[in-house]
Amino acid sequence: MIPGPATTFDAPEASDTSVKEPMLRCESLTQTYLSGGRELTVLKNITFALEAGGFLAIAGPSGSGKSTLLGLLAGLDRPRAGRIVLDGQDLGPLSEDQRARIRSEKVGFVFQSFHLIPTLTARENIQVPLELRGEESSAPARADELLARVGLGGRGHHYPAQLSGGEQQRVALARAFSHRPRILFADEPTGNLDAATGATVIGLMGELNRELGTTLVLVTHDADLAARARRIIRLADGAVVHDSAAA
Amino acid sequence: MRPFVLAMAWRESRSSLRRLALLLASTAVGVAALVAISSFTDSLQDSVREQARSLLGADLTVGSASPFSPRAEEEIRKILAEARGAEESRLVRFAAMAYVPRTAATRLVQVTAVSGGYPFYGRIATEPPESWAHVAEAGGVLVDPALVSALDAKVGDTLALGEARLTVRGIVTGMPGDVAVRAALGPRVFMSARDLQATGLLSFGARARYETYLKLPAADPQRLAVRHRAALAAERARLRTVSEDEESLSRTLGRLGRYLALVALIAVLLGGLGVASAVHVFIKRKIETVAVLRCLGATGGRVLAVYLVQAAALGLMGSVLGVAIGLGVQAVLPLVMKDLLPVDVRYAPSWPAVLAGLAVGLWVAAAFALLPLLSVRHVSPLVVLRREYESDARGRRDPLRLLAAALLAASVAALAVFEAPSRQSGMGFALGIGIALLALWTAGLALSRALRHFLPARWPYLWRQGVANLYRPANQTVMVVLALGFGAFLLDTLFLVQHNLLRDLRVDARQDRPNLVLFDIQPDQRAGVEAELRRAGLPAQEPVPIVPMRIASVKGQKAGVALAAGTVEPPRDGGIGRRRGGPNPWTLRREYRSTYRDALTSTEKTAAGGPWPPPGWRQSGGPVPVSLEQEVATELGVHVGDEIVWDVQGREVPTRVAHLREVSWGRFEPNFFVVFPTGPLDAAPQTYVTLSRADDPGARAAVQRRVVEAFPNVTAIDLAQVQQALDRIVSRVALAIRFMALFSLATGAVVLVGAVATSRYQRLREAVLLKTLGATRGQILRIALAEYVSLGLLASATALLLATGAAWALVHWVFDSRFSLPGGALSATALVVVSLTVVVGMWTSHEVVRKPPLEVLRAE
Repeated sequence: MIPGPATTFDAPEASDTSVKEPMLRCESLTQTYLSGGRELTVLKNITFALEAGGFLAIAGPSGSGKSTLLGLLAGLDRPRAGRIVLDGQDLGPLSEDQRARIRSEKVGFVFQSFHLIPTLTARENIQVPLELRGEESSAPARADELLARVGLGGRGHHYPAQLSGGEQQRVALARAFSHRPRILFADEPTGNLDAATGATVIGLMGELNRELGTTLVLVTHDADLAARARRIIRLADGAVVHDSAAA
Repeated sequence: MRPFVLAMAWRESRSSLRRLALLLASTAVGVAALVAISSFTDSLQDSVREQARSLLGADLTVGSASPFSPRAEEEIRKILAEARGAEESRLVRFAAMAYVPRTAATRLVQVTAVSGGYPFYGRIATEPPESWAHVAEAGGVLVDPALVSALDAKVGDTLALGEARLTVRGIVTGMPGDVAVRAALGPRVFMSARDLQATGLLSFGARARYETYLKLPAADPQRLAVRHRAALAAERARLRTVSEDEESLSRTLGRLGRYLALVALIAVLLGGLGVASAVHVFIKRKIETVAVLRCLGATGGRVLAVYLVQAAALGLMGSVLGVAIGLGVQAVLPLVMKDLLPVDVRYAPSWPAVLAGLAVGLWVAAAFALLPLLSVRHVSPLVVLRREYESDARGRRDPLRLLAAALLAASVAALAVFEAPSRQSGMGFALGIGIALLALWTAGLALSRALRHFLPARWPYLWRQGVANLYRPANQTVMVVLALGFGAFLLDTLFLVQHNLLRDLRVDARQDRPNLVLFDIQPDQRAGVEAELRRAGLPAQEPVPIVPMRIASVKGQKAGVALAAGTVEPPRDGGIGRRRGGPNPWTLRREYRSTYRDALTSTEKTAAGGPWPPPGWRQSGGPVPVSLEQEVATELGVHVGDEIVWDVQGREVPTRVAHLREVSWGRFEPNFFVVFPTGPLDAAPQTYVTLSRADDPGARAAVQRRVVEAFPNVTAIDLAQVQQALDRIVSRVALAIRFMALFSLATGAVVLVGAVATSRYQRLREAVLLKTLGATRGQILRIALAEYVSLGLLASATALLLATGAAWALVHWVFDSRFSLPGGALSATALVVVSLTVVVGMWTSHEVVRKPPLEVLRAE
């Protein structure tokens, strides 16, 4: 299904620190939003840890707080209470710009609605994370390599609007891996795709997880999809109701 | 860092070019206005410098309102003796009636009688060529093309000028230093001074200007000027050198240029608003991209830089385009202004103006884009997960934003001071803009607040829905009112000031007013002139006596002494404003044409000093009381009670200022600076002026002709001709001003499109939603109509109110004139603004209505 040699995804640089420190750890995470003047608790006291190279699915019905949790774990938002440590780095005291730098160094993203930058070509979209890190000289070659790896060699000059949904999500996947992130967050990555295309994308993600040891965090309400992960955390009403690791 | 920003900016700009076209256009129009004006002013001043000598026609000139006194003649002889190889040419200029017997047509003309080699520099172009020299040798006259058409004359005709019959030798087609509109006041006739005696004009009471032009090939005119100016001034003769002439002309044109530059600055600032609203819309559409970039690890500063670089690059493109347009317009400007300018303007792009235009354009694009752009730093990466997520840190109290706003305000003020004719007017300009923005902002905010509380629930649903758009969350009311209202405010102010200034130039020509004036009537011609009027069946008013006189001394100081002393001061630059010190030189030099009567006329009002004449002055035995027009009293520096001694044809008449009058000069009546009571001047040498009225132009022409035939020295003024002449001048001036205002209008339109477009995105989503819920096209259009009508009304009403205040202040304090509101014309401008808003608004809504909802949503 996936053409090209698997080895083109190089492994991320070996984690320097001890094996004991997990890739992602959150403690007593609580998040609230103001809604119509009243405080609404979206997440309650969430605690778990995920080892490097792990594949976690966060599952639950809509409104259970999955996306909020993903946003917090990736450092896109600040929790009301609790602590998040990403690859040994406590996100709490960091400013928004400092968290942005952590993202550009360690984190990759895949979204439900792809979120490719519409004004950039497929190749340029893939180059962005590399260029943000100042690796613009190697970026074009790396982008072409990844395009070939996701089966879109020769489509690099196309704009997102010229690609199908599945193709866009494959470009997004290539973008997510372009800077060899330590951890990849995926928010309903198959939500906007038909079943077959969704399966391709998920298959690709699983391969990457196995081949490169990239830690995967997947948010989904699809039970079949969640079942492909090595560990599942189920949320309901903002609280963890089931953790397969604890079971 | 930098490579990413540049690469990203470059790639993004491929698509933003279309979206930011408004930014480009806004910058371009403002820059075009500025470059056209500054470059034109620079060319104009260069041309003045190059043509200065031929403008004056000589190196040095001395002029006087009466024949040179023996002592003045002696000074002129001394100058000639001191400069080796000097040549002299004498000119006498006066107004007279010209009459062509062949066509039986008459016309008031401006006569110049020349002796000697004038002009020493520059050439007078004639048809047939070389006829200037021919007139000097063989006599005859050269005339304006305007005279040829007015009198239906042709070369070879006989022209009667006073008692003389002179042959028309040719037509003057071009004269250095000539302002073409001047001919409108009276076509010119040039003759040899040899024939002057034969005309019999220049008799008692005639107005004439005597000038001598000197060519000084081997002397420094400035040194001679310093040596002889004071002695000549004491004899009421004014000396000017070529460099002084150039300097004062250059200063006047520079001031003209700076006023025009202020108009251009308005276009630039409007362009700035266009930039701000274009970027505002642009950023709204870019929020998702920004959020993705943030997600991928771009810091706020880098994202800001990506878009700032784009704005600046587009601003630079706009500036280059603006410079090109501006230089193109510069080529047109001389055509618009040619009748108002004394020089032929050579077309030359001014590089300083081009550079300044590029710099200002870049500044406008970057500075005005920065304010809306700063908000991208606050776009949360969470937007990628939840579209509706609204960052609570809206940047309202963002210190950087406040700093940027302060810097922007400071730079606008600095630019205004730099471009304005004076520091005060620049500060005033900037302050006015600040107040206007504040008022508009308040009005926009107050409107949306007020509507929320007072929107009548009984209104039809569609209107309620449309008007409610003005206060619902995320509304654009304040932004649109600000941009739209500011544009309308500037245009209204310009319009109001223009209206008030031009109104003063309009002669009040009501039906019952006289429209024919006959003056220079000698006492023995009174009965004859009245008889001619009666024979033509025209009414003849009681003739008004005119006594020519000059000021001998003011408050004990001799006029000659004051004039001689006054020459050490730099020459006054003729601006408006009150003098603090002694009398203004012109008030001492001039010949006053005063009258005597014991009542005020309908055009006069007492301004100070009680009734006229003061009761019982005859018995008091003191000096004769006089009434002065209040402006001339100010210029003379005298108040009620001050002494003035008049020189009435060699006899000294001591007087006391007893009364000040306010005179309405616009009315076609014989108005006077100085009025005496009856008695003291009864026996003084005098002429008479009489007024009449004839509705039929043919009857007016016939009576003028008969009077001129019988009494060649009597001058006739036809109000209809004066009105035509003024209209011609006013329309030339108005054309020049309106041409510049066009720029503001063009930018205003761009800003309006931008302002309406700022709310378009929001409206589009709402309309699509309504459509999905089953609203018809008509309903959506009516909702949009309600919204844009109310927006347009609010913006234009606020703008009008502000503009009235600003225009009143300008007219009252800067131009020292009366303020009036042209109600009809103002309603028209308000209507234009409202309809423009509605048209643009409806045009953008049109897309929503036409396309199926899903397509619109996807395209967005």
